Parts: sequence; C-alpha cells; structure tokens
Amino acid sequence: MAQPEGLLYSKEHEWLKVEGDVGVVGITDYAQNSLGDIVYVELPREGQTIQQFGSIGVVESVKAVSDLYTPVGGVVTEVNKALEADPALVNRDAFGEGWLYKVKLAGPAELEQLLAPSAYESLVAEG
Amino acid sequence: MYAPHTDSDIAEMLAVVGVSSLEELVEVPDAVAIAGPLDVPPSLPEIELAAKIAGYAKANTAVGYTSFLGAGAYRHYCPPVVMSLAMRGEFLTAYTPYQAEVSQGYLQAIYEWQTYVCLLTGLDIANASVYDGATALAEGAIMAVNATGRRAILVSRAVHPNYRAVLRTYARGLELDVEELPVAPDGTTDTTNLEARLADKRFAAVVVQSPNFFGSIDAPAADVVAAIKATGTILIGVVAEAMSLAVLATPASWGAEIAVGEGQSFGNPVAYGGPYVGFIASTKEHMRRIPGRLVGRSVDNRGNDAFTLTLQAREQHIRREKATSNICTNQAHCALVATIYLAAVGASGLRRAAVLNVERTYALAERVAAIDGFSRALGAPVFNEVAVRVPATFGAARVLAELERRSILGGVDLGRWYPEFADCVLMNATEVTTPEDIDALCVALGDIAAAARESAAVHV
Amino acid sequence: MSERLIFETGQPGRANTYFPNGRTADEFLPASALRDALPLPDNSELDVVRHFTRLSQKTFAIDTGFYPLGSCTMKYNPRVNEAMASQPGFKDLHPYAPDPLAQGALRVMYELERSLSAIFGMSAFSLNPAAGAHAELTALLIAKAYFAKIGQGASRTTVIVPDTAHGTNPASAAMVGYKVISLPSDARGRVGLEELKAAIGDDTAVCMMTNPNTLGLFEDHIHEIAEAVHAVGGLMYYDGANANALMGNARPGDMGFDLMHLNLHKTFSIPHGGGGAGHGPVGVAERLVPFLPVPIVTLDESGAYHLEHEREDAIGTMRSFWSNFSHAVRALTYIYANGGEGLTRVSQLAVLNANYVRARVKEFLPTPYDETCRHEFVATAQELKRETGVRALDIAKALLDRGYHAPTVYFPLLVPECLMIEPTETESKETLDGFIAALRDVVETAKRDPQAILDAPVHTVVGRIDETRAARHPDLRWVG
Repeated sequence: MAQPEGLLYSKEHEWLKVEGDVGVVGITDYAQNSLGDIVYVELPREGQTIQQFGSIGVVESVKAVSDLYTPVGGVVTEVNKALEADPALVNRDAFGEGWLYKVKLAGPAELEQLLAPSAYESLVAEG
Repeated sequence: MYAPHTDSDIAEMLAVVGVSSLEELVEVPDAVAIAGPLDVPPSLPEIELAAKIAGYAKANTAVGYTSFLGAGAYRHYCPPVVMSLAMRGEFLTAYTPYQAEVSQGYLQAIYEWQTYVCLLTGLDIANASVYDGATALAEGAIMAVNATGRRAILVSRAVHPNYRAVLRTYARGLELDVEELPVAPDGTTDTTNLEARLADKRFAAVVVQSPNFFGSIDAPAADVVAAIKATGTILIGVVAEAMSLAVLATPASWGAEIAVGEGQSFGNPVAYGGPYVGFIASTKEHMRRIPGRLVGRSVDNRGNDAFTLTLQAREQHIRREKATSNICTNQAHCALVATIYLAAVGASGLRRAAVLNVERTYALAERVAAIDGFSRALGAPVFNEVAVRVPATFGAARVLAELERRSILGGVDLGRWYPEFADCVLMNATEVTTPEDIDALCVALGDIAAAARESAAVHV
Repeated sequence: MSERLIFETGQPGRANTYFPNGRTADEFLPASALRDALPLPDNSELDVVRHFTRLSQKTFAIDTGFYPLGSCTMKYNPRVNEAMASQPGFKDLHPYAPDPLAQGALRVMYELERSLSAIFGMSAFSLNPAAGAHAELTALLIAKAYFAKIGQGASRTTVIVPDTAHGTNPASAAMVGYKVISLPSDARGRVGLEELKAAIGDDTAVCMMTNPNTLGLFEDHIHEIAEAVHAVGGLMYYDGANANALMGNARPGDMGFDLMHLNLHKTFSIPHGGGGAGHGPVGVAERLVPFLPVPIVTLDESGAYHLEHEREDAIGTMRSFWSNFSHAVRALTYIYANGGEGLTRVSQLAVLNANYVRARVKEFLPTPYDETCRHEFVATAQELKRETGVRALDIAKALLDRGYHAPTVYFPLLVPECLMIEPTETESKETLDGFIAALRDVVETAKRDPQAILDAPVHTVVGRIDETRAARHPDLRWVG
C-alpha cells in the first residue's frame, strides 16, 4: 500500500504534515493497524515544548500500549480534543480526522531527519 | 500426597511417554543433580498432622489475653455468614478471572468491591486491590510521581511507621526522595512550614493519614489543602482503619485526589499480619495510572451485561518494563471477604459498628485518664485509638509488661518509633472491646499506679 | 441470567442486628470531622447469602473442574490447610503480640523458612514479600543493596531477561532502575550460552531465569550459564514460578542461583482465591543474607523464637506486617503432609502428567519443541489457524464450552498461537484423558466446521465480551 504523498514520516510510524511554520502530527495507517482497536490516546499539553524523537505520550489499544515519539520538536499549539471522546478516530482515519497534535516547528533542519513516503513505504515493507 | 496415581496408572502413562521410570523422566545433568533426599521430615497422616499444627496454634497464648492492640491491625466482629460464603470452593480455588466467560461471578464481586471503595472514600474510581495498606501507599506515591513528573514525596510523621518504611524501601529502588512533616503537640500533622517547603514544586505528593497513627483525626484544613493544590502537588490521603470511613469525612471531601489504605477491618482477621487488602482510589484524571487489576462492565456478543478485567494493556504482562507497576496479584479473596462483610452489615450495621468504636474508645480514654498518674497524651479528636501517657517513673514498656502479667495486652509502646512519646502507650478499643475489658484494664492500671507511688515513696 | 448488583437490591433500614443501636458519632466528635450520608445498601442476610451463592455458581474453580493453565500450577488445595489456618490461635493473633506469647506463629514461620531453604538449596528465605512480583522487586532491591555495599552500585545497571520470561521480570527490573536486556532463545528453546556471554559484562547486575523455562524445558546448560554470569560479577536470579517440576530432583542453589522467589500459591497448594492473596518468599545465597528484608524470625539457644526488626544492611521492609502469615500456615501444613519423599513424588508425577498429555496431544496439535518436557509444555495452533482461521484464543473459548478451563494462551511470546498446558500432579489419568478428548474434539471440529469454534463459547453464562468497549468507555463502578 502506497503511503500518502505530501507527508513526512518517522521510523516510529508517525507522520508529519507541514503547514507553514506549523506541523500536524499523527500515527500512520500501518501503526494503527498493528495496534488494533485504539482505546485511549495520551497527548502532550498545549504550550508544552517537545524535543524531536522524544517520548511525549502513549497510544493504548486493547492489546498494547505504545509510546508516542514526536517526529519534530517545538511548542505544541493544539491537540485533537475529539480523540478524548472517540479514540477510534485514529483507527478510522489515521491520516485525517485521527490527527494527534499540532506543533510550532523548532526549525527546518529537523525535517531532514524524516523519511519521504517511498522511504517509509520500504521500511514498512521490510516489516 | 494428593496425587491420585495408582502403580498401574503410572506404568501405563510411562509407556505412552516412552520412558521406563519416573526417575528417568526427571533426569538432570550431573553437575546440578541433587546430592541426597530432601531434608524435610517424613510425611504425616492427616490425623497426626492436624494435631501437630493445632499444637502450634495453641502456643500463641496471646489470643487468650484481653487485648487493646491496634496500630494498623484491628480486631472486629465478623458475622459468620461472611466466611461461610467466602470459603465456598468456587471462590477459594478460582484463578484470576482472565477467562471472563466462566468468571462472571467473581468479576461482579470485585466490581462491587471497587464500588464500595468509591462510595466509602468519595472518590471516582478504585482498583481491584493491592497487597496491603503500606504497599497501597507506595503505589499511590508512584502514581503521583508519574502524574507530576516530580521525584520527591512529603509524608507526615504521623503516618503509620511501617507504611513510611515501605515507602522508603520502594523509593530506594526508584531513587525518589522521601521527606517528612513533623507532628504537632496535639498529635496532628504540623503544617506550619508546609507552604514554604512546597514553594519550589519539588514534591509530587503530600501524604497524610486520618485517623493517623496516634488515632487522631488528621484531615488537613481547607487552607492547607488549597496551598498544596496551588503548587500542583497531589494530596494523598491514607486510611489505615477502613472502619473509620463509616463515620468520618471522606478523603475526597477533605481534598485527597488519591486515597490509599487498608481494608482488613472489613471481615478479615488480624492473622498475625496477613494477608490483608490494600485499596487505591482516585479521581477520574488518574484512571490510566492506577496500578493493578481493574474490573469493568461491558457487554457480550449476545447483548448481555458482562464483566471483564480491563485496561490490561497497562499491566506488566503486556507492557513489561514500561508497565505502570510490576504488581500482578491482587488480594482478590480478601477483597471478596470485605465485600461480603459490607453487604451483610449494610450502611446501618457499619455505622453502628463504627460508632461503637468511637464510644468504647472515649469510654476507655476517660476511664484511664481518671487513674492517678495516667492521662491522655494528645488532645485531638480520635476514632478508635488513643495515646495514653503513663507515669514517667514507670515508662511504657514496664506498664505493658505489668499488664501482660495480668493477661492484658495494653497496647503498643509509642517510644518504639517516637522518642518524644517514650512514656506513651497507644490503646485501641473497638466494638469487640467490652465494658468488662475496660474494667479489667483500669483495675490493673490502678494497681500499677499504686505500686508506682509506693516505689516512688520508698525511693524518697 | 444476570445477577443484580448488591447496590440495586435491598431497602434502607433493612438492617441485620449484628450490633446494638447505641449513640451517634456527633455525641463524641465535631461535626466538621463527620461525613454526610453513608450511601451503602441494606440487604437481609438471606438476600446476601443468595447473591453471593449465585455469584459463586458463575465462577469456574479448581473445585468445579480441570485447569490446565500453564505456568499457574492449579493443583488441588487440600482442605486441611484451610482448617489449620482458620484456628483461633492463628487467625486471631495480633501482629503486635509480644514474641513470647506468639511462639507457635513464629515457629510456623521459622520451620517454613528452614524447609524452603532445604528444598531449594538456599541459605535463607524471607517470608516478607506478599506475592511473586513483590518478591521479584524484593530480590532486585537486595541485589541493588549488595552492589552498593561492594562499591559497584553505579556500574551494575543491567538485568538480563530471556524472551521466555514472565512479563513481571522486566517490570520489576524497571522498578529498581535497571535497564532490561532481552535475550533470544536458541533453536532448542533454551538460553544460548554464546548469546548470553555476548550480552553480559561488568555492567550486568542480575540474570533472571526460570528453570525449567516457560516452554517447560530444562535449561541443561544452567551450570555454565551461572559460571559465566558469576565470572563477570553478576548475580543469578531464579523465578520460582516453575518450582513444581523440581522438588527432590534439582535445587536452584546447586544450579548456581544466588537469589530466588517462590510462589507458595502455586507449588505449595495455597488457594489462588480468584487472583490473590499470594505469598512470595525470597531465598538467597549466604553472601546476600544480610540484605534480606526485616523482620526475620530467629531461634535462640533456649529454644525461643524472636522477630528481629533491625538489621544494619537490610533493604528495609516490603509490607505493613511480617508476612502473609495464614498462607505460611497452609504451606507448612502441605510440606508436613507430604514429607521429603512426598514432595519428590509430587514433582515426578507433575512431570509425568505433563508428558502424558503432551504425548497424546501431539497426535493432533503440533508441539514445537518435541522432547521430554517438565511440568508443562507448549503446543501451537499456527497450522490450524492457517488452514481454518481458528486461533489459540478460539480453542481456549471452545474448551470452556466443554467444561474445562482454557490453557494459558499467547505465552510464552516466542511461540505463535501458543497453548501452554500444565496439568499438575493432582489430576487423575481419567481426568487427563477427558481433557485430551475434548481438545481433540475442538481441533477436529475446527477442521470440519470452523465457525462452530469461532462462535464459542455458547454454553457459558455470557458470550465473548466486548473488550474494546470496556477499555474505551471504562465502567469501573456502579453509579446510582
């Protein structure tokens, strides 16, 4: 399955969409599928400063709890409050309504550490 | 030996397996093979076994004494209906209810226990239980550390000394700092410097116990609680005597976000220290941090209400080194005993029992304080324990030894943990303490006081 | 049929007269110290009896059927143990009773400690920890204190855990700040000596193992493994979950283990009680004795027992009071009922039962490590799943329909679609034959009519439960 274009990816299966100086972060469809039914997402606080690849939350499914590593650093500007009531949004629409949080990007250099869709696709294909 | 195998069973089974003897089946490399037979006495037929162990039980002569021992383990009346239900084999010999379809009964009982803990503490959620009150405190402190990201705990010195000791043991493993708040002269926690100590926001939690180790009601005042909350510190309320929850203001009402404690008083015997049943309750915000097992209500594929262990992904068998705690077992059977006890006595019975504790303790305190040379050591209101100051010329240890000669266990010597209370005895009275018990104690103390006066006179 | 919650039955004021109706709390205590209403239900004693009797009838237990639950040792719980533990001389003994008046209890603890030391080849045991995971934490705190004492506290930072280990091992290691290194098993299902040697070094604090391991296989290189770990200055830890295979046959102390724990609720016949209370004594080799948690029971020259509360190097204490004492009574009763020869026989017959079931089950379900096992073995439904879509979990549920408890499934993690079966020694050949026939029926039905197994269970009081809903919308208590 091809990965959506226009996004950047991390090895920890998060995606990043750059919109000006803000990045939108989520987990990939591959990640949600491996986790199974997601029951809870613990997100960073708005206003929190986060470091690239730092552990900043957890995604909990019926069978596993997985740490959430942010693909980029910066200041969290918004979190997806809809996930509180309906964490299954991540299962249903990982690249869309299931986004996790937005972050004011620390700097463009960090983006170079991330994978293009084709590179992420190869990573997933290797299993 | 409780194995049913006949010789012919064994021969037949060995043949199926394809080995010639039991010894061959369990062979291990020579380097680790056992050198000889086990150094354990030969087996006893049950009739001799029962007599032997009964002899050990009879050697515990303390159970025949009139007792005022409390200090974290409480003697209460348990209606016979409680054990007759709890000891049913279906409950006693069940495994952890992982196969929910065949464990609905036990799961429902634990769900009921969780509800009882919530109703008694006033908090939103409770877990299926932990080992005991002291470990509940340690686990509650870890919850606060995880919630705040801070690595220090401030605990009142009026919290049970054993609970504080266990907290320190756990803290050494996790490399947390534990600091203490002093005790005021009236036997409650001294909070005068609290605000200053909290100012640098180093503490994950402030821990107070009510009734505290001295029996004193020690719920922090509203302005103290406000100061704690203003610094983002979590207030943990400890309840070592769950019976008190029937009449005293709930930990939730005095501001605790996390309540931990000991539920032994609900139907479980003192049993020389265990097993007991620790509980942890908290506000909703901490739901995903609460350690141990949790029972939840859901539905099955036929549309029925059904119970199951839930939020298990946080637990050690899935999350391994990243689990919220390593705790695995809960005290299911002790929690079941407590649940049946609460169901049987009901609100009315529990309240009556609790009020009797207060009544008998105040009677005890008044009677003892009326004896020349004895007085109440601390002024604060109490639930079912009272600190008594004994004649200084005698000291607590000698008073207790004199009482022991008269077949009375007068309480615990507070000097064991608190040098400033070296001449004080902590006495407990519950609904099982009779007026005759109090009479016997007071007669004995009167004799001791007279002897103390005489010996003082002789020395002069 | 569902049973109403105790909170939904009864009537206010329907009080049982256990206690006299006397005065009120506000006659003694200030109003500010008192709570508002006490919102608990009042039920008649008869209604309480019926409620909990019906709940018991919806609960599977050893007393109602066979429990082939791997790693859990669900053996018969002799009733003499219960009778002994519930004598007033034990159950009404207060933990602060003076030592001279509690000699019987102290003797129980002392003799249990000596017996366990003899059976497992350790210098001493502590009865302080409440359960297996609690014991692991205790043992690792002992290791940490020991390394601090010899000046290696800062350098010993890692714990080696084989991939077959119980999940509590890494969780416990994390609670004392140790970093966990997971060690893959070799093709024979054992810890590979070369892989182990590559993983250990002067940062190794403890290597945690169980033997037999969770595949039911004896770690036949255990002596070399212990030597290698000791050569780099590390300690060997024995997880006693599988001790039922060993008694009278091999001792962890002789294998080179320095620390161990036992689950008395497994090997020593204490009832599981629906998930606790357990009892998890910790045993140590000579050089670790000073670090054991307090209190410790000692025997003086006059024949008197004492509870020693102060020891300079002790790690502290792990719980409110001394031990899960009632369980110590049960375990000692069990040991004296069996004697040394009986315990040896217990382990032999536990191994016989497991091998008998393995030999018959492999006719219809593959057993990935095809050799003589110890007290338990693993089978796999991997092929069956490929052919029919029926997974280990489905087999487990179909066994419930046939009156048996499920085996442990999906553990150990390295065997896909794993079923882990431990019959214990207290089951008769007839019971085992019945179970084997039921399991065969499940597998054959799966091949013929997989949907029938996927739909299981159908004969239980409830069907499969919506776990996702339970976790997404937690309902953890009744709300009026």
